Parts: sequence; structure tokens; C-alpha cells
Amino acid sequence: MSTAILAREQPAPERRPPDRRRIALHGFLIVVSIVWLFPLLWTIYQALRPYSETSNKGFLSLPDTLTLDNFTTAWNSAELARYFLNTLVIVVPAVILVLFLASMMAFAVSRYSWRFNLVLLMLFTALNLLPPQVIITPLFRIYLAIRAPEVLVGTPLAERGLLLYDQYLGMVLIHVAFQLGFCTFVLSNYMKTLPKELNEAAVVDGAGVWTTYSRVIMPLTRPALAALGTLQFTWIYNDFFWALMLMSTGSKLPITSALNNLKGQFFVDNNLVAAGALLVALPTLVVYLVLQRQFIGGLTLGSTKG
Amino acid sequence: MAVRHAARGSVVATGLAVAALSVSAVGAAAQGGTVTVGSNYSDEVPKAAFQAALDHCAQQTGDTYVVNTVEHGAFQDNINSYLQGTPDDVFTWFAGYRAKFFYAQGLAAPVSDVWADIESNYNPAFKGASTADDGEQIFVPFYNYPWVVIYNKAIWDEKGYEVPHTLEEFTALATQMQADGLIPVAFADKDGWPAMGTFDILNMRINGYDFHTGLMAGSESWTDPKVTAVFEAWRSLLPVHQAGALGRTWQEAAQDMIAGRAGMYFLGTFAGEQADEAQRANLDFFPFPTLGTEFDAQLGIDAPIDGFMLSREPANADGAKDLLRCLATGAAQNAFLAVSPNNVAAANDADTSAYTPFQEKAAAIIAGSGAIAQFLDRDTRPDFAGANGMQSFLQSFLGEPDQDLAALQASIQDFWDTLPPQ
Amino acid sequence: MPEGRRRRRRGSTLTTRDRLTLVGMVAVPTFLVVAFILVPTILSILLSFTSWNGIGGLDRIQYVGLDNYVNLFTKYRPFWPALSHNILWLAFFLFVATPLGLFFAVLLDKGIRGTRIYQSVLYMPVVLSLAIVGFIWTLQYSPDQGFLNNLFGTTSRDEHFIDWLGDKDINLWAVLVAASWRHVGYVMVLYLAGLKAVDPSLREAAQLDGANERQTFLRVVFPVLRPINIVVLVITVIESLRAFDIAYVINRGKNGLELLSILVTNNLIGEASLVGFGSAIAVVLLVISLGPIVYYLVRSVRAEAE
Repeated sequence: MSTAILAREQPAPERRPPDRRRIALHGFLIVVSIVWLFPLLWTIYQALRPYSETSNKGFLSLPDTLTLDNFTTAWNSAELARYFLNTLVIVVPAVILVLFLASMMAFAVSRYSWRFNLVLLMLFTALNLLPPQVIITPLFRIYLAIRAPEVLVGTPLAERGLLLYDQYLGMVLIHVAFQLGFCTFVLSNYMKTLPKELNEAAVVDGAGVWTTYSRVIMPLTRPALAALGTLQFTWIYNDFFWALMLMSTGSKLPITSALNNLKGQFFVDNNLVAAGALLVALPTLVVYLVLQRQFIGGLTLGSTKG
Repeated sequence: MAVRHAARGSVVATGLAVAALSVSAVGAAAQGGTVTVGSNYSDEVPKAAFQAALDHCAQQTGDTYVVNTVEHGAFQDNINSYLQGTPDDVFTWFAGYRAKFFYAQGLAAPVSDVWADIESNYNPAFKGASTADDGEQIFVPFYNYPWVVIYNKAIWDEKGYEVPHTLEEFTALATQMQADGLIPVAFADKDGWPAMGTFDILNMRINGYDFHTGLMAGSESWTDPKVTAVFEAWRSLLPVHQAGALGRTWQEAAQDMIAGRAGMYFLGTFAGEQADEAQRANLDFFPFPTLGTEFDAQLGIDAPIDGFMLSREPANADGAKDLLRCLATGAAQNAFLAVSPNNVAAANDADTSAYTPFQEKAAAIIAGSGAIAQFLDRDTRPDFAGANGMQSFLQSFLGEPDQDLAALQASIQDFWDTLPPQ
Repeated sequence: MPEGRRRRRRGSTLTTRDRLTLVGMVAVPTFLVVAFILVPTILSILLSFTSWNGIGGLDRIQYVGLDNYVNLFTKYRPFWPALSHNILWLAFFLFVATPLGLFFAVLLDKGIRGTRIYQSVLYMPVVLSLAIVGFIWTLQYSPDQGFLNNLFGTTSRDEHFIDWLGDKDINLWAVLVAASWRHVGYVMVLYLAGLKAVDPSLREAAQLDGANERQTFLRVVFPVLRPINIVVLVITVIESLRAFDIAYVINRGKNGLELLSILVTNNLIGEASLVGFGSAIAVVLLVISLGPIVYYLVRSVRAEAE
């Protein structure tokens, strides 16, 4: 099972290759790493150079000036701060909600046996692998059909009378629905590895289902939740398909879509777009570098099923 | 509004003069309603220009305009769902078939009553481009711009090039440029639509405006030898065009022309937006040369019109129509063009004295043309012009110009035939 | 499945309140998945037998039988190229990117110093959104301003011009390199986790028997990785079928970059949509995706049963 791998993860025992080969290996890995990082480094280099310089001297030239101007211009002219905020309003509730719902679902299917639990788990898993394009048209019509109750019309929850289309609520819900399958799958695998006696002990102590879930199982699932949360943050943050389809107010778009605003219709300044792209990528890069363990844990946790 | 009436009622009832004064002051301030405007002016310069026009109109009407700016490309991609969802009262769009299509689908409201007031301010051609098949006006023109051959004046002066008027002169000049180490004609079609301009101009020069219209409407066939002639003429011109058009954006090609690496570039005058102010002053242009056909005198040209439409159920229809009336004035259009001087005002009463030489020339070329088309993707049904339609077919031609034209034309006609009736 | 199931039916010990709690825990996630994913999927299948431009009331939908499918298979020019590109994509991932990921994992599993850093570098592209990956690689590939052509002297002004993104015989390969930049890191991390779980004593035993490193890997380690291989296989297939963002960002999937998911998108969104036709392509994509999904589920169920 996946989690068995996570649990067993330990410092690899030193199987030292002989010195000469080790140096060759380092040499090879260093070359590969440079090649791997190059496209990103090149983007950073272009972002540090002014448009006028690269358009006159060409992109492959030594710099006369290196400046952070492109970053400040991108930040200000594309109003990145606002779009970061928009993304936050979508990502944070979506990640919390999907982890909460998936953990309940996983708890119910992995810790209890009932008639359809396997069928449901299979359904969740299968739907999670679908290409999103398959569902977009009907989903769009469903979103258009759902009107807000009268009291909400005109409030930020339903500015123009619709509850889901062009609303953050709709974005949060589609992310949650689309990621539920994966999260349930991962968490149920994890919960299955917890000793079954935990449930029995809880029953002996007179705990109900809810208490067993919230007091016994959930605290033990924390590492998996952390790993999964990190992964989900990146995925939802990086999405641009749902926003493209289900939002129509320019100023409400999440950051990944806002990058388009820098790629102008008329004037294209690749140095500026490079700076913008890096700023947009920054949060995921930071999350990745800081929470690397969780991140990679989340991925292997979800996918290594044996 | 309800609140205001209630307030007035209470004022009358109590008869307090002081209160009445203050309430009427409130009433005046609230006189203007709010009109929402969906805008595809997402680039910095046009965005500021449009805001200037709206500020002007806000002063005129007393209404407040709330702008929803969406990136130009995304706005177009999503226009369908946008208009079915929760559209703004007024939205930016393009004249021609592309406007009629959405009106015919019930996604836009007619503005014939606005036209009754603004008609005298437009040439009949603009009215034609704004009128739907049922005779209603559905669009208000704002500005237009011609597709022309643009060049870098300094380079031309240095080399002593002369503006070519015929195809022979054009090819001779291009060959000369090649010898001088320049790319004769910059060219780009990565996004799929810029090459449509070249197809259009060759088609109008060889087969005339009426054939263009018929072909776009489906009454002429794509397998017609006249279309073959267009592709053949294009094929013979490709050697003087910049290689690798399919991997290059028009912005990159424009930079080549602006920087003087390429001698000429056939594009809309919006190419000027890729240049800074000093560079723009150094740009000049001329109409595409004539090909020695019976349609030479017609001087047909693509001069697409940008403007505005009214959404199907505007929340504030009266305010929206007031805004459209205002945007149809030369004053509003001048306010826009003062910030973004790459286009030409559509209204007759626009003040042309402030035009740059660039704009003056654009206006003269449009005025000198006997047949103004919109553009391939504005004159035909959108699903035909799109990414899997004409964009792909033209790219396929440019990728392999020596391919069997009959087969290519047959597959274009096939594609047209499989589209559902509208 | 919890062991409890085999011993006795645990369900019998639940109180009514516990049962209701469990129902609630299952109902909310299930509702979301059914309403937002399953129902739209079924509706998409139904729409594929109709002609509709996506505008106006549902009464405008016309039943056309199999027309869309007939057009798709016989007349629609981009279909067969798109299908073959998806297959090529799959083949490239299977035979180049995935083995490369495995290769890196094996190298990093040797436990030399700095493993963490190499791993971070190789995995970095995975956290970037594909939209940004598309832009970063455009900076490398662009005809006159791109890094590669300036380095090799192959811009359009040079004698030998390489049109990385515009030449339809090359551009798919260029995009595959960009996509692999992400895929390799993903696969590497999965294998790395799998390799860590391999019992070190197995290797030692093999080496004592005189097996060299290659033999040890092929005969001892690789067979133990079988569960991971299957996961990687499924992920590789699904990712190849879902391939969308990079090609979409680069040129909207035209001129050599046609892919099934992009054909669906281009037909469903845009100024005039062909909803029925686009849905038919989506159904083809769905049917192809179901292959690996079902395979995976059947395998999972078998694993459960053991």
C-alpha cells in the first residue's frame, strides 16, 4: 500500500560506489541539473533585462543593464496583487473543503464495510482520471441554470443573480468535486493502514462514529493531510482551464489566467511577460522548496499503490 | 430609485423645505444610473484610451460606467458563454457578419433607435456594416483601421526605395531588398489569423469585393478556379516573404520591420502599437499594389470596424443607449484616439485636425477605396473561420505551399458543407 | 478493506445515530461528484448524438443520430492527425520520458551526497503550471528571438533555419521535450519512493551471488517495482490522453500540434461552438481513457481481494 512506502521511507543505506564512479556520477548529475534548470534560468535572465536592450541587441547577448524594473512593472501594471488575492479566495477554501470532505468519505469507505463502499470508491477514482474537457459543456449549462435565492442577489455571493457562474463559489465547488476522487483515494489507502483495533477500542470507550473520526482517525491522518494539502494547493493554484470556462469578469480571475493580461494583444514585451510568469510561479516554487517533504510525500502517497 | 421616490414622498408629506433641498441634491447626484461595459481593451494603451472615452461620456451623461476588462483573446474565446451568462449592458465587438451572428442567436439587442439619432454622423457604408439581415441596426462603430503595407522610412530613404504601385514594381523592390540583405516582406501566422489578411487582399485584387463577400457567405464555392488563382498568386509571392511564418507571432514580425531588418510588412495599422513613439513617427505605409486586373480601380481593402453592441437584456437599457449615442460622437472617438493614435475615427464629426500623419494617411487610404471589407474572420461564420477551420487551412497552405491546391480547396469546401445550418 | 469484514459484520454494532452520521459523511462528497462530474459526463455522451451551437434553450438541440461520429471519422481533417499525435505522445512518454525518469531515480537511489539537491532540481518543473511551462519553452524555441536558434545560428535569416514551433514535422517533438521536462521529474519521484521500499537485503543477497549491478537491477529490483510500474504506466497513459495546456498555449493546437483534448476545446468554446460535434470527440477521448481506468480499477480490486 502507498502509505507503507511513506512509512518505510528512511535514509537510504549507504551503498557507496567506488570513488571514480562516484565522481563520474556527480559530474553527470551536475550536467543534467544545469540542462534541467536552464530554461528557467534563461527566463530569469530575460526578465532581468529591459525590452529596449534585447530588442536592439538580440536575446542572446551579454547584458548592459540588469534590473528588477520588469518585476515591478509586471506587479503593478498587471495588478498581480489583486489576482493573487483572487486565487487565495479560491484555493484556500477549496483545499480545506476537499480535504475535509475527502477525509469523511475515505473514513466511511475504509473503516467500515457496507454494501456499496467499493463501488463508490471505484466511481470516485475513475471520475478523477477523466479529462476535464469531457464535462465542460453540460457543466457550463448547469452553472448558468443555478440562480441564487432572492436574498443573495446583488451581494458578493451572487452579484448578477447567478450562484455559481462567474462566482468564486462555483470555482471552489468544481475544484472540490474534481479533486475529491484523488483525495478520497489517497486518504482511504492511508486510513486502511491504520490498525483496525483503533475502531474497536473507540467502540469499547463508547465513542460514536463522529468521535472515532474526529478524535481517533483524523489526528493519525495528519501527515497524509499535510502532504495532500500541499499537492492540492499547487494543482488548484496552477489550474487555468476551469477559470477560463466558468468565470467572465476580468477582475475576478485567478492569477494563472491573469498572466494573459501581460501578453498584450498589440504590444508584446517578452521580458515583461517573463517577469510576470516568474512572479506567478513564485508561490508554488516557494511552497515546493519549503514543504518539499510533504510535497513529494503527497505525490508518492497518492500514486504508489501496491 | 425606489428609495429616492420614497424620500421625496416623505419630503412632500412633511413639507420641510430644508429637507427638500438636501433631497433634491441627492436626487441630482443619483440622477445618473450605472451602466456596465464589457471591454476587450486589455492592453495598456487601448485600455487607457477607452477609459478616456468613457470619462468623456460620463461627463456628458452623468452616468457611472463600470468597466469589466477581459484579456482580448479570452474575451473573444468566451464571447459565447459570456453573452449567455451575465453579460454587461454594453460590450465591445466587431462589425460585419461577426456582429450579425450574435444578434441572430438572440444574444444582442437591436439599437435602431440609437441609430435614428446618430445616422447623420456616419457614412452609409458604416450603417451597412452595422445592420442585421432583418434590417435592424445592431452595432455602433467606433473606429476602423486599414490593412496596408507598412515600412520603416529611415531604411527606405537610406536605400532610396520608391513606393511600388503595381505587382511588378512590388516584386522588383522585394528582389532589390533581398539583394540588399533585408527580409523583403515580414510575415507571421502563428496565431492563425494574420495570414487571412493576405488572402483577403489577393482575393479582392484578383476577384473583386463581390466575390469576397459571396465566398464568405457561402454563395461562392471554395473549389472555384478563382480561389485557385488566389493561392497561386500567393505561392508566387512567398519567396519574398519571411520564412517560418507559422512559428512567429505578428508582434515579432512587426519588430523585425520596425527595427529595419525587414523591408515591409502587410498588416493592419495596429502594427504601430508595437513601436515606441519615436519609432512610430518613422513608420509609413501604402496600399497593397494592384495586380493588373479589372478590379484594380476598385482598390478593395480590409478596414475592420471596431465598436459596440448592446447585450440581450441590459440591466440599464436607457443608460446603455445614452452611452452608445455618446460613443458615436466624434468627441468621444477623439478622446480615445488622442491616447491611441493607430486608428481612424468612424464618426463624421470627429476632429481630424489633431491626426498624426500616420492617421491622416490611413483615413485617406480608406476614403480612396471603393470597396471596404471587414476581414475574413469578421465576414464569415465564426465556426468556419476558427482554429479548426480557415486558420488551419491557411496554415496548411503556408506549411506546404506546393501541395495539391485542388485537394486543399476541396477539403475547405467539405468543411463548410459539414457545418450545421444556421 | 478492513480485516473486520471477514470476521464479522461490523455494521451490526452501529447505532442508528452512527448510521445516519455515516450516511451524511458519504452523501455530501458523493452528491458533489455525481452532480458536477458524473451527470455532466452522461449529458456529454447524450449531446454527442445531437447538433447544437450551444446557444439558447434546450429546444434548439436537434437529434442527429451518428452524424457527428460519421463526420468525425470520415471528413474532419484534424481528427486522425490528433489521434496519431496523442499516440505519438504516449509512445514518447512510454519509451523516452518514463525510462529517463526511472534512470534518474536509480542514479539518485545510490545515496550519494547532494541527492536531495539533484532531486529538487529535477522535480522543480512539476510544480510549474503548464501555461508557464509553455511560455518558458516559447522563449527557447521562438524562431528569431529564441535561445536555441540564436545559439545554433539557425534563425530565419540564416542558411539553415529550424522552425521549432512552426514546422509541423518538428513542432510536436519540440513540445514533447517541453512536456517531458515535467513528466520525467514526476516519474522519477514515484520510482524513487518505490526504490526506497526495496528491501536492501535482497540486493545484498544478489550481489553475494555474484550478480553485477545491472543484473541485480533487472533480476531483483525491477520485479519488486512491479506495483509502481503499473501506477507509472497508468499515469503515463492518462497524462498522454489529457495532454492539453502546452500545445494550447503555444498555438491553440493547430498546424501539427492537434490533440484530441484541444479539438474538444476548440469545438466547444470559441465564438461559435459545435457542441454536438465537440462532445463526440470528447466521447472518443472518454472511451480511450476508460481502457486504462478500467484496467487500473480491476487491478486495484484484485489487490484488495488478496
